[in-house]
Amino acid sequence: MFFVRKIALALLVMSLLFITACGGGTQQTGNSGQSSSTNTPATGSDSNNTNGENKVEIFSWWTTGGEATGLAALIDTFKKTYPDIEVINATVAGSAGSNAKAVLATRMQGGDPPDLFQVHAGAELNGSWVEAGKMESLNFLYEEEGWNEKFPKELLELISKDGEIYSVPLNVHRGNTMWYNKKIFEDNNLKVPETFEEFFDVATKLQEKGITPFGYGSKSDGDAGIVFDSVLVGTLGPDGYKQLFTGEKRFDSPEVIQAMETYLKMISFANKDHAARLNQDLGDMLLDGKVAMVIAGDWLNGYFTSLGKKPDVDYGFAVAPGNKGVYMFISDTFGLPIGAKHRDNTIKFLKVIGSVEGQDNFNRLKGSIPARIDAGHGDYDVYLKTQMENFKTHTLTPSFAHGSAAKEGFVVQEKDIMKRFLVEKNPQKAAQALQKAAEENGVSK
Amino acid sequence: MIGKVDTAGPGLNHTTTAKLKRKRFVSDRVVPFLLLMPSFIATLLFVYAFIAWTVYVSFSNWDSVSIDLSFAGITNYINLFNDFRFLSGIRNNIVITVLFVAASIVMGIVLALAIDSKIKGEAFFRNLFIFPMAISSIVAGVVWQWLLNPTSGYNNILKALGVEDLPMWYISEQVLFSFPFRDVQFGIPVALFSVLLAICWQMTGFVMAMFLSGLRAIPDDYREAARLDGASELQIFWLVILPLLRPVMVSVVVMIGHISLKIFDLIYAMTGPGSAFMTDMPGVYMFETTFRGNHYGSGAAIATIILFCVSILIVPYLISQRRQEVDGR
Repeated sequence: MFFVRKIALALLVMSLLFITACGGGTQQTGNSGQSSSTNTPATGSDSNNTNGENKVEIFSWWTTGGEATGLAALIDTFKKTYPDIEVINATVAGSAGSNAKAVLATRMQGGDPPDLFQVHAGAELNGSWVEAGKMESLNFLYEEEGWNEKFPKELLELISKDGEIYSVPLNVHRGNTMWYNKKIFEDNNLKVPETFEEFFDVATKLQEKGITPFGYGSKSDGDAGIVFDSVLVGTLGPDGYKQLFTGEKRFDSPEVIQAMETYLKMISFANKDHAARLNQDLGDMLLDGKVAMVIAGDWLNGYFTSLGKKPDVDYGFAVAPGNKGVYMFISDTFGLPIGAKHRDNTIKFLKVIGSVEGQDNFNRLKGSIPARIDAGHGDYDVYLKTQMENFKTHTLTPSFAHGSAAKEGFVVQEKDIMKRFLVEKNPQKAAQALQKAAEENGVSK
Repeated sequence: MIGKVDTAGPGLNHTTTAKLKRKRFVSDRVVPFLLLMPSFIATLLFVYAFIAWTVYVSFSNWDSVSIDLSFAGITNYINLFNDFRFLSGIRNNIVITVLFVAASIVMGIVLALAIDSKIKGEAFFRNLFIFPMAISSIVAGVVWQWLLNPTSGYNNILKALGVEDLPMWYISEQVLFSFPFRDVQFGIPVALFSVLLAICWQMTGFVMAMFLSGLRAIPDDYREAARLDGASELQIFWLVILPLLRPVMVSVVVMIGHISLKIFDLIYAMTGPGSAFMTDMPGVYMFETTFRGNHYGSGAAIATIILFCVSILIVPYLISQRRQEVDGR
């Protein structure tokens, strides 16, 4: 009997503990929500690595290939200067961070932000966590390190909100690159198209010869979105394109409708099974000569080189048609979330991310170019070297499909609208739907 | 005084028995209660409280990463019923549920009868059919995605056999028996047959196992009696066996039906929303709109609608089960 009572008591205590634990949990979330609305940097011993652990956590979706080795090299660079700090490498697989972003949202809202998290430069951060008051301004770090002159002005503008800079860019990818099969172009004596007209001209000629001119994949919205981005900027020009996201130009304006028509026409030259295709498939098809041209972000270059292919030898690259002088960039950046458990270590890591050494060690392996204009030393391939030159001279435009130009809520809706557009083929209707979505998300008035 | 003396002995006895009784009361009532407490609290908190929270969010204006719980009325629901993607998802979910329940029951019964007919290697076949259930839906989804890829899967075999008009499988944009409802073409999307193939492959073994246990529970006497009365084997099946399988059938419909209504993982791994949302499901839409688009209110509304659909199926089942239990007593 005594024994039974003892068990009962133990259970009672356990369930009470359970209740209080849960209560504590909800309280914590409530508090973090409150404190986040005040945008003051956390200072003092409270935030200085609260639990006395000498750690720093870096959260990303770099799990495979060059991305993973690049990340490892970045961590090694950090470890060289700070051997005592343990780096927790938290990754969530999924292309373009599709799953990682969901995990991040849960952690941020639950008051458990990772110290450093990967986020695309621009609206993806400004329209979300900065707007929600969960990020610390990094102006002090930029001044301390003299970074204001080391990054391109257009990039700094994109990662700032109301004069405050919120993240440190690590790398730059290009979205508007056109890849082509050199052999097909040589055999058929064709010139690489620079304008939409030339593109359709070349495409018609190739089609007559029984070659699929354009490789296109709509299985991943991100891959398909890159193509539309390039057509949009090619039709509206970089200024008109940027005005779409400031509300100065409407999405149902005639130029956008014209861009949609051009986009449809391009897809009419594409492989018919595009709904089952991803970027990598297109890469393979291009190398095999099954398609002649592909418009895709330059992470495809990383895929080609991982297969042992050489740029300008095994495959050609050019700027997407109509995009002359425009650099559609996608940049991965890292910021400082309010309530980071190891704030001091996070700042140390951010310094490494912004350093020439850190950027070069990472980017050489990842297959992207450094965001710092004074970095870029060592053995980058001919493609990347060309991009570094272009990055300094071309007009930079943020990518729509990859969340730099507009906030995530709008990007997700845009992808749905474009998916529907591919089947209904009604530019008017799709443009109106885009405008409505832009208004709902506060992008356009 | 006298009374005191008189009651002293039995009184002592009385209090000890009372103590014993109380102890028994403690152990009989309180201990089970306490044992149930943790799971009771956990269920209350992690199931019902979160359901209530989700419903609450579905009536709110929460539409970005910053929490906004101001009351929005039924705006989120109205928007959904004007939403092309959501209506497509509803169409697909109805179609796949009907097809899947029908197909898995027919195939399940056929397989169960075949195995029950005392064939050789019965255990082997039983395990063979149940085995796909042991494979995670994600793995199954990826494999079927490759097998049914229009340019790299089964179509290569069909091509080798000389088939001209190769099927597009899950990227087909065709809708059979279509009629317009708002903006969406309702009907039976051809792409869903690919999904049906995958999901049946995975779940039919389970349905077969349920029917098999149902068949085994029917005493042989019934069949023999029917045979003596001159019934043919087909008549025995239709008029004796099938009615006796009714309780199993109800369980199967509820189980398969609710799996199909909540389907997410297989679709997500295999096709995603698909070309023109031909294979989209409310579950997939809910995930994308909530966790990628940060449209929390809208996502919660989808979740609430899914829950409602599942309860339409499950609540009557639970009520009938309870009635049976009461009748049984």
